[in-house]
Amino acid sequence: MNETELDTTFAALADPTRRAILTRLAAGEATVTELAAPFVMTQPAISKHLRVLERAGLVSRDPGTRRAPCRLEARPLKMAVDWLENYRDYWEESYQRLDALLRELTDEP
Amino acid sequence: MTGVEVVARGDRELVTTRAFAAPPARVFDAWTRPELLVRWYGARGWRLVECDVDLRAGGAWRFVSEGPRGARMTQRGVYTGVERPHRLSCTERFDDQSYPGETLIFHVFRADGAGTLLTTTLRYATPAGRDRVLAYPMARGLGEGYARLDTLLGEHP
Repeated sequence: MNETELDTTFAALADPTRRAILTRLAAGEATVTELAAPFVMTQPAISKHLRVLERAGLVSRDPGTRRAPCRLEARPLKMAVDWLENYRDYWEESYQRLDALLRELTDEP
Repeated sequence: MTGVEVVARGDRELVTTRAFAAPPARVFDAWTRPELLVRWYGARGWRLVECDVDLRAGGAWRFVSEGPRGARMTQRGVYTGVERPHRLSCTERFDDQSYPGETLIFHVFRADGAGTLLTTTLRYATPAGRDRVLAYPMARGLGEGYARLDTLLGEHP
């Protein structure tokens, strides 16, 4: 996964409404109408968010039909998570080594 | 011992906190003395192979890490504040531009009983730079939206 793809994925995930849409789609396919229902938001606003998610490859829709259901595409999400896993654990792993070092230093006269 | 906690603040800051079982001066030294830094800094197959520290306001620092299959990563910056044992601040930039622009880092080493509570604030140059970190759905304390993503990923192996 290249930098540009990652950035697109992360930009898509940076919005709470879009994350909520993904969460809803994780439970199964849904049309734009169904997706818009729980939000205090117009359908065009939801459609705009969906376009961002589609561009990031996180959501797919059969082209050309307005009422086609949207599907979650988990691959880019998984790629982003795999890539970031190193980052997430970086500090805790380092800090556990620092714990050990501090213990050693404390034991030294 | 709880792990490192991460929270988001504003649109471009991350704040991490971590408790250590040693007084502030010792933790501060571990962050600023090359002979100590090389013994802990870096993770998951990465270790510091070069570590230069000019510990004074305006002084430069440079870490070179070596990772799996000989991969190399260089990060560098300038110290903007050095007040042993309680405060340390610097700029940081990765040579491979993992994050666009320069990150500002502020460490506060606060005495906490016999130990130290380290609070590190990272101020990214752009919201996008921070969001790359924030997008990690399982980082604790980043807000329920990301926690929900965690669930979502769990259902899509």
